[in-house]
Amino acid sequence: MKPYSEIEFGEELKAFTPDVSMPTVKRFTDAAHMSWSRFNDHEEAKKQGLPGAIVPGIMSQGILAAMVNNWAPGAEIVKIDTIFRAALVVDSSPQCKGVVTDMDEQAQTVEIDLTIANEAGETRVMGTAVVQF
Amino acid sequence: MDIDIQELKDGWCGRQFDEVTFGLDAHEMVEFAVACGETQARFTDPDDPDFQAVPSYASRFHGRRAMPKDFPVQSHQGFDAGKCVEVHAPIRPADQIVARSEIYDIYEKTGRSGSMLFIVHRMRFTNQRDELVAIVDWRLVQNQVSRKAPNEAGQP
Repeated sequence: MKPYSEIEFGEELKAFTPDVSMPTVKRFTDAAHMSWSRFNDHEEAKKQGLPGAIVPGIMSQGILAAMVNNWAPGAEIVKIDTIFRAALVVDSSPQCKGVVTDMDEQAQTVEIDLTIANEAGETRVMGTAVVQF
Repeated sequence: MDIDIQELKDGWCGRQFDEVTFGLDAHEMVEFAVACGETQARFTDPDDPDFQAVPSYASRFHGRRAMPKDFPVQSHQGFDAGKCVEVHAPIRPADQIVARSEIYDIYEKTGRSGSMLFIVHRMRFTNQRDELVAIVDWRLVQNQVSRKAPNEAGQP
């Protein structure tokens, strides 16, 4: 496990581009029982007024949780709160970022601010996670 | 839509309106985890001795109904503004998970585009030992709320 003593206030998690390709989103929606056209079909999604098929909000939440877990393997996410500000389009190349914004040494927890931005740098999903070490 | 927020809150918050039991499927738990980019064996390998669902997994469960019967705002009238998951214990593949739903909070925010009504739908998840495993708060938002004078509002 990543030792708590090595974490610094303001530390940035390694930014990465999650896989939101159609095959991966379909894999997710099959597993989550959410195989609906707004997630799995660009043309049908456009007919519904969306910019294309969109990534399910709870998949974005899962992607952010995975970023935290990959940053601190063995630590436990005790809370993750995500705000779905705008649609994240399937087959796009978003970027996930995280930064440590609070630390509680006594409780051995950290709070991390999380974002997913689209190619234009516009934040589509934001949130926070509390991680127990 | 004319709504008295306080009356809505007083009349509906804290009442359980749905209960449903879910079984777990290890394959689906792995697929969910891998699609999100998880790499740890405890989330991706059913043979791992600590195999469990990813922390946000409870977000995927839905009750039999999204809102109480006769609640004046239905889920199709709004949009999903976010979800918060509190993780209390691991969810394992052999678990039987009971989810109980309630309206947890109702509040209003005013932004540049006008007034918005936030409805917080809470699901509490317990396992077969009656241990709390997760709480999921789902925020549903409805745009363009107009306030109703308190003395004009009827009972829900």
